Amino acid sequence: MNLRILTALLRKELISIKRNALVPKIIFILPIMTMLVIPLVATLDVKHVGIAVVDNDHSELSLRIISDIDHSDYLGITGVSTTMDDALRQIELGVADVILCIPADYEKNFTKGEHPQAAIEANGVNATKGTLGAQYTAQSLAQTQRLYLAEMGRSVNTGSISVVNMYNPTLNFRNYMIPALIVILLIIICGFLPTLNLVGEKESGTIEAMNVTPVGRLTFVLSKLIPYWAIGLIVVSIGMLIGWSVYGLRPEGNVAGFYLAALLFSFVMSGFGVLVANKSDTMLQSIFVMFAVIMVFQLMSGLFTPIASMPKWAQYFTLAIPPRYFIEIMRALYLRGTPLSELTTQYLALFGFATLFFIGAAVSYRKRN
Amino acid sequence: MTIFEALLKKEALHIVRDMRTMLIIFFIPIVLLLLFGFAISTEVNCVRVMIASEVHNDETRAITERIRINPYFQFQGLVTPSNADRQLRKGKTDAIVYLRSDDQGTKSEIVVDASNTTIAQASTLYLQNVISGNSASSPAIISTLYNPQLRSSYNFVPGIMGMIFILICAMMTSVSIVSEKENGTMDLLLVSPVRPASIIIGKLVPYFILSSGILAIILLLSYTALGLPVSASIFNVIWVSVVYILLSISIGLLISTIVDTQLSALMVSAILFMLPVLMLSGMIFPIDNMPKALQCVSAIVPARWYISAMRKLMIEQLPAHYVAKEVIILVGMTVGVLGVAIKKFTSR
Repeated sequence: MNLRILTALLRKELISIKRNALVPKIIFILPIMTMLVIPLVATLDVKHVGIAVVDNDHSELSLRIISDIDHSDYLGITGVSTTMDDALRQIELGVADVILCIPADYEKNFTKGEHPQAAIEANGVNATKGTLGAQYTAQSLAQTQRLYLAEMGRSVNTGSISVVNMYNPTLNFRNYMIPALIVILLIIICGFLPTLNLVGEKESGTIEAMNVTPVGRLTFVLSKLIPYWAIGLIVVSIGMLIGWSVYGLRPEGNVAGFYLAALLFSFVMSGFGVLVANKSDTMLQSIFVMFAVIMVFQLMSGLFTPIASMPKWAQYFTLAIPPRYFIEIMRALYLRGTPLSELTTQYLALFGFATLFFIGAAVSYRKRN
Repeated sequence: MTIFEALLKKEALHIVRDMRTMLIIFFIPIVLLLLFGFAISTEVNCVRVMIASEVHNDETRAITERIRINPYFQFQGLVTPSNADRQLRKGKTDAIVYLRSDDQGTKSEIVVDASNTTIAQASTLYLQNVISGNSASSPAIISTLYNPQLRSSYNFVPGIMGMIFILICAMMTSVSIVSEKENGTMDLLLVSPVRPASIIIGKLVPYFILSSGILAIILLLSYTALGLPVSASIFNVIWVSVVYILLSISIGLLISTIVDTQLSALMVSAILFMLPVLMLSGMIFPIDNMPKALQCVSAIVPARWYISAMRKLMIEQLPAHYVAKEVIILVGMTVGVLGVAIKKFTSR
């Protein structure tokens, strides 16, 4: 490999990146948009659960149950009716998520010391919201009953269980999302852009000109990638600064570990991008393949939905998805302050993927067709 | 052969000749649908629990047993309290139940790894219910409507469809027109006696047919492999999807009139579609959790309305008049986008 050739090629790449109308904008707009907008949206917390009540009792207790539900943090009453049909209609219209049906003589039976049971029906279309909403409703109901019994002077079993929320005591979903969002930045900058760049040279024919020069293929590929690694690190730093200044989040653990992971992951993505570019003839092909892969990377890596919720076979599949390891490292460093020595598996996995894709990229690049 | 038929034939040849792209176009939706349809789920159903117990009596044994047999938990065994914290920090477990005893009986404490708040909230709720036990006296009987097995794959099929159509249809159309611009063949077409409207329709019809093919495959897979319930509402699903495909193609046309190179067409599509559709359409993240301003922004994301309509039609199987609002918005968007695109196209 010749260093002089490499520097010359790097200068060429830098000039063409600077001249491109879109790329410099992307470098600044992307991290800002990602870090500022997505955290506002990306929350799976179950809030605003609409409860349609069918009150067949009309007693003091049933009214208290309804008003307690309406005043709780996560639940809201969308309507009180006397027939199941009305409540079902609210579910069908998408207003309510859960139906609470209080049977007749509820209060009477309850004060007699029996255990009358209300019926809770959850809309299963959104499975998470339905089940959690139903559970919250049941909890609120139980709480009202306890208070009611206590006021009547009856002994209640206060089997309260204390709960400690470690590492994220305020239960803020943003603290969980923000460290992982950096992965989106790197996927786009280090995966998408070099691929487009290489295929672009293929389509415009300038790659042919490059192929007849004595430039080695490793030198050529490196000259394509080094600028994007640098851009990737800049973008990641901007992302980290935004996380710090706007959300007050910074790595509890080692910052060097943060950069090491970012660098390794940019190697992985760029190696993969070059591999796709080498195998595609047109921009459209490479983009479709990259899109599909990026979708899989984003949705299967545990970024938005928990890996533990996936079926077993899919959990094994995620072992082959590099961003999974990067996200694990980021979350461990940011939230739990895990020492690097306990994250060696993840770093080694990233290193392994980087090597694999590099070899693939170097081997699949042909100077002649 | 009329001029229009000739144009159609030319486009069809373009598409069919590029076998590789066509294979990719059909292959990607199948893979995404099957993968996400089966794998993506937001429900918390496998909480890893460890128990750190200082006492061993009947009550703690009963609690351990209840946690062990509960399908929502993956019981990882008993640990010593000193070791438990380390396991939590390493991420080897999601929650630890501490059992201590004092004069009044057994006291329990739940310590959860709250870094993922969704898992933390759900597991606390489950654990509290399981530890306090005695289900006979629970205040309510809980049951589920519409999706009794609570499979979230149902919930994701509409989202995946909304994503696939807008990505593939819009990108295919815009790239095909822009590449003619790049090659200069568009100028040839424009100076020929063909009317601009015929050129546009000649471009759109083949891609519409291709997209309908994708729709057929997706529906076939959803109703067979993914096991969505089949009913008469499938006809509503089809025509609403056709409206959405038309809208996606019109958006592709609009993009092609704005940009000049394939590269920018693809970049614009990527920026316009991928992240906003993923984030703002309600596909994964509920819209009512968003701040008001973003809820307004999400109203201009076509996928939001399509996904909402598909959820009602495919999963709840409601009759068509329940989706009137969504369909009117989609039709309105289609007419608007197509109108602007044709106007911009012919004005050159």
